[in-house]
Amino acid sequence: MLAETAAASSGWFLEHAWLIPVVPVIGFALIILFGKRMPMKGSEIGLASMAGALALSIGTAYQWIQRVDAAHGDHEGSALARGITGFGRSLTAAASGEEATYVAPVIKSWTWWQSGGLEFGLGQHIDGLAVLMLILVAFISCLVQIFSLEYVRGDRRYTHFFASLTLFSAGMLTMVLAENMVQLILGWEIMGLCSFLLIGHWWEDKANSRAALKAFFTVRVGDMGLLVGTAIVFFGANAYAQDTFGSNGFSIQAINAWALSGEASHTVLLWASVALFIACIGKSGQFPLHTWLPDAMAGPTPVSSLLHSSTMVVAGVFLVARMYPVFWEGFSIPDSSVNFIVVIGGITTLVAAFLAFVQTDIKKVLAYSTVSQLGLMMMGLGAGAWIAAVFHVFTHAFFKCCLFLCAGSIAHSGSHHSFDMKRDMGGLRRIMPVTFACWMIATAALTGFPFLAGFWSKDEIIATVGKNGYEVFFYVGFLSAFLTAAYMTRATYLTFFGKPRGAAAGEHGDDDDHAEEHEQAHDEAMVHAMAHAGGPGVHTDHTDHTDHTDHGAHGAHGAHGAHEDGEHHGPHESGKLLLVPICILAFLSIFAGFLQAPAFGESFEKLKLWVEPAAVPIADDDFLVSGFGQSAALTPRAAATGELVCGFETPPNGEVCVFPAVTHAPFSWAKAGVATIIVFSAYALSLLLCVLVYGDGRSKLKGLTQRNRLLGAGHRFLVNKYYLDDLYEKVIVHGVAYPISKAAYWVNQHVLDGTVNAVGKGGRRTGEWIYNYVDQGVIDGIVVDGSGKAARGTGGALRPLQSGKVNQYGALLFGAAAIGALVLVIVNI
Amino acid sequence: MLVNNFLLLGAVLFCIGVYGVIARKNAVMVLMSIELILNSVNLNFIAFSALHGNIDGNTMALFIIGVAAAEVGVGLAMVLLIYRNRKSISLDELSEMKG
Amino acid sequence: MSAVILAADDIQVAQNIGFGIIAAVMVVGALKVVTSKNVVHAALALVLVLSGAAAQYILLGAEFVGVSQVMVYVGAVMVLFLFGVMLTRAKLGKETDLDQPKAWVGIPVALLMLGVLGWVLIDGFGDERLPADASPKAVVEISDSILGPSLVPFLALTFVLVAAVIGGIVLARKD
Repeated sequence: MLAETAAASSGWFLEHAWLIPVVPVIGFALIILFGKRMPMKGSEIGLASMAGALALSIGTAYQWIQRVDAAHGDHEGSALARGITGFGRSLTAAASGEEATYVAPVIKSWTWWQSGGLEFGLGQHIDGLAVLMLILVAFISCLVQIFSLEYVRGDRRYTHFFASLTLFSAGMLTMVLAENMVQLILGWEIMGLCSFLLIGHWWEDKANSRAALKAFFTVRVGDMGLLVGTAIVFFGANAYAQDTFGSNGFSIQAINAWALSGEASHTVLLWASVALFIACIGKSGQFPLHTWLPDAMAGPTPVSSLLHSSTMVVAGVFLVARMYPVFWEGFSIPDSSVNFIVVIGGITTLVAAFLAFVQTDIKKVLAYSTVSQLGLMMMGLGAGAWIAAVFHVFTHAFFKCCLFLCAGSIAHSGSHHSFDMKRDMGGLRRIMPVTFACWMIATAALTGFPFLAGFWSKDEIIATVGKNGYEVFFYVGFLSAFLTAAYMTRATYLTFFGKPRGAAAGEHGDDDDHAEEHEQAHDEAMVHAMAHAGGPGVHTDHTDHTDHTDHGAHGAHGAHGAHEDGEHHGPHESGKLLLVPICILAFLSIFAGFLQAPAFGESFEKLKLWVEPAAVPIADDDFLVSGFGQSAALTPRAAATGELVCGFETPPNGEVCVFPAVTHAPFSWAKAGVATIIVFSAYALSLLLCVLVYGDGRSKLKGLTQRNRLLGAGHRFLVNKYYLDDLYEKVIVHGVAYPISKAAYWVNQHVLDGTVNAVGKGGRRTGEWIYNYVDQGVIDGIVVDGSGKAARGTGGALRPLQSGKVNQYGALLFGAAAIGALVLVIVNI
Repeated sequence: MLVNNFLLLGAVLFCIGVYGVIARKNAVMVLMSIELILNSVNLNFIAFSALHGNIDGNTMALFIIGVAAAEVGVGLAMVLLIYRNRKSISLDELSEMKG
Repeated sequence: MSAVILAADDIQVAQNIGFGIIAAVMVVGALKVVTSKNVVHAALALVLVLSGAAAQYILLGAEFVGVSQVMVYVGAVMVLFLFGVMLTRAKLGKETDLDQPKAWVGIPVALLMLGVLGWVLIDGFGDERLPADASPKAVVEISDSILGPSLVPFLALTFVLVAAVIGGIVLARKD
């Protein structure tokens, strides 16, 4: 039976949430048009647009929370009251007999264009997940833009940098509130474009443009899956969507409902899931398409922190979370113990974690860490841990972004634009205390230090994975946590502990790099920016270089006005604009976890309350298709059915399910304790190894990989990234592209050029023939010469008539007269 | 008498005169041949005048005689002049045309 | 005299014979004009022809014309011709080349002409006879005609003669 309906609480922000991506789009346009002329070169527009989007997102989130509370508050007791009574009780799905309240998302859509009976539209689908992602993206974008104000200052393409950042935010915001698959793909592709633009920001260096292309193409390979999957899902869901919702097969809500309706063929759902997941493999850097993410670190650090850690790469996770019913049914997530998603996620998390151990570039460590965490999220999703994975997206964004910004801060002020940990860092904890503190907090959060953000989210994933029957991956999760702690310890040690090396010690890198630099006539901004391209030891010009004695090779330097800390010039702490975002993120890394901390009871499970859709069947006559200006007044209903329906059985007639009944692992202090022990033991082991290997003492462990053949081979295997890059580029790409390019070249030279040449030759031969036969032969010969000859001949023939001989004249005269007479006579006979 | 007698005689003389114009090289001989022609025409006129009883034929013949005399005078004067300048009255040699 | 001739019978045998003889003489003379190798011989043959023509005129009753013919042609024109011959001859005696190289061209032309004329005449005037009772024309008729209807041609002729005289003098004078 259905409970009584309640009026949906809506508000201006909820109704107009579609404005959130529009603001950055307008900002992008303004930056492109006017940015260069503005006093802050367009960054103020970018910042203002992101601030606007953030404000709208906060408003939307606030009103959504009100909506959820209102929906829950209409039933017995408020959510808070329920939370208190439910203290300590684990909250399972509606199967426990409690009423779950479905909070209807605010859906609006309007048609953009129609063709052949298909309608393509744009719209908004505001539910908890969308609100979460909106806040996340807008907030992180805002912080990163503040960071970029200082970090990218003086760059040759400052304005376009901010334009691309703003456009990226617009794209991601479009995607997260997408009402239909077409809009989702639109946002997806805008993000891909901006990723390409931003990774290749300093494209003058060939390595950067190659990295940008690699990122773009690798993700493109995955995007094939997105298109195929969308097509499969469209054709599958179209009829159902039109019957039930009056929309079409692109509408996400309709697709989800169709997947759970029992009318969908399992094979169709399986293929659709496989195809869509391939897109996620590309975008979220899962194995085997993860190779682009570390190379994407060639972009500026704000780009890495925004796109390639917090927001863009989680688009794949978001896609799975959004279309979860499709995956739930397609891969039979509740019924199996291994499936495609979880396997890929598991492999990814381990593969990337091992690779993080052999990196010397701090950003690459963080990149592999991102890949590993994304693998963990995917693993979680694949095993049915929906809210846990989404929560981990949320917390991961904060601490990973913080880590990247710290790396940027270190490079900017500590290691003189170098990211090489072994060469130019070390002992920075005394020089950069604030950065050090934030880094430690974020690392602790990442590795799962108790009560910080990552502790809650990671452990929830691992616990839910185990509870849902995916035993193997349960242990994989623990291993991943161990490895994460280990490599982060190593990175921390190399960066902040030990003796300062290289640039961190105040040296400016190798002198033999200078000769090449000085020969180029760059302006100071360009040289400054080239230094940011991540090459170790690249040195730029300084005029105020009075306090260094070890600069013998610095001959004639150009002005270096763009180097803002010209007076300091040794490693130092960064400025406020860099540090404030880092500190905010570190703060959130500590406290964001408490949004979903079931250990402290139901009242701390806010994220689940606000974000996870209720898995109850809803009467389908409630679903109205709304157009622009008409809000989707879906009234939230509650179902009192006791058994698990959505995701497990066909919903009753006249009702639809839009979300499956996912399970949640109860919080267990025992499991949490085990995880903590694992993490601390990883800290200890790693610290020990680091001190032995990287420290000053003579340890047998130093140089082990060079002496021991097996370890050396393993080390080389890891350094070469499992030779995957070679496989992709040399074998697959070359094997496919080379014959195609040869064939194309052959076609070009012989067919196309051949045609052109033949036409040219034909034309020339025709011309020659015409010259010889028509011009010379006919016209000159017959017409011109001939007429001349004819005239001369006639003249010659007629000349004897006028010989001057009288007798001849007389003869002619009389002869003619005689003949004339004869003619007359004959005529007149 | 048949009128044809005179007419045919005139025709014969005419043709002989034509032949003479064509065949003779000496300019004076050509003029003589022309005289033959004129005389034959005169004969014709007189014959017709006798045939028709008309006096016009006689008148015409007188005029022709007068004209012929004038023409011969001028013609011979020209021949004389040519002879004086070119030392020859052979029509072959007098022609300066190249064809 | 003409009455005697004309008083004969229709056939008028005597006139015919007279005509025949004079015609033969004329033709022979004409042929001599165009074929003679000697210029003086040709001139004298021309005299014969002209005289014969005068005789024919008298036979036809045009006595005034006949006498005029003798006086003008034979008396003056021929003398003129002989003067011309005299003044333009390099040497006396036979001249070898009085004919054109292509003299034979004249034969077909002349024969053609003769043929046409002959045929036309015979066809046109087949059997017409001169009127038997014709009398010689009176001179007064000629003068009436000249000074009457034919006054204009007469006056034109005077101009022609004046022009000829003047022209001749102008042409032939020694400068």
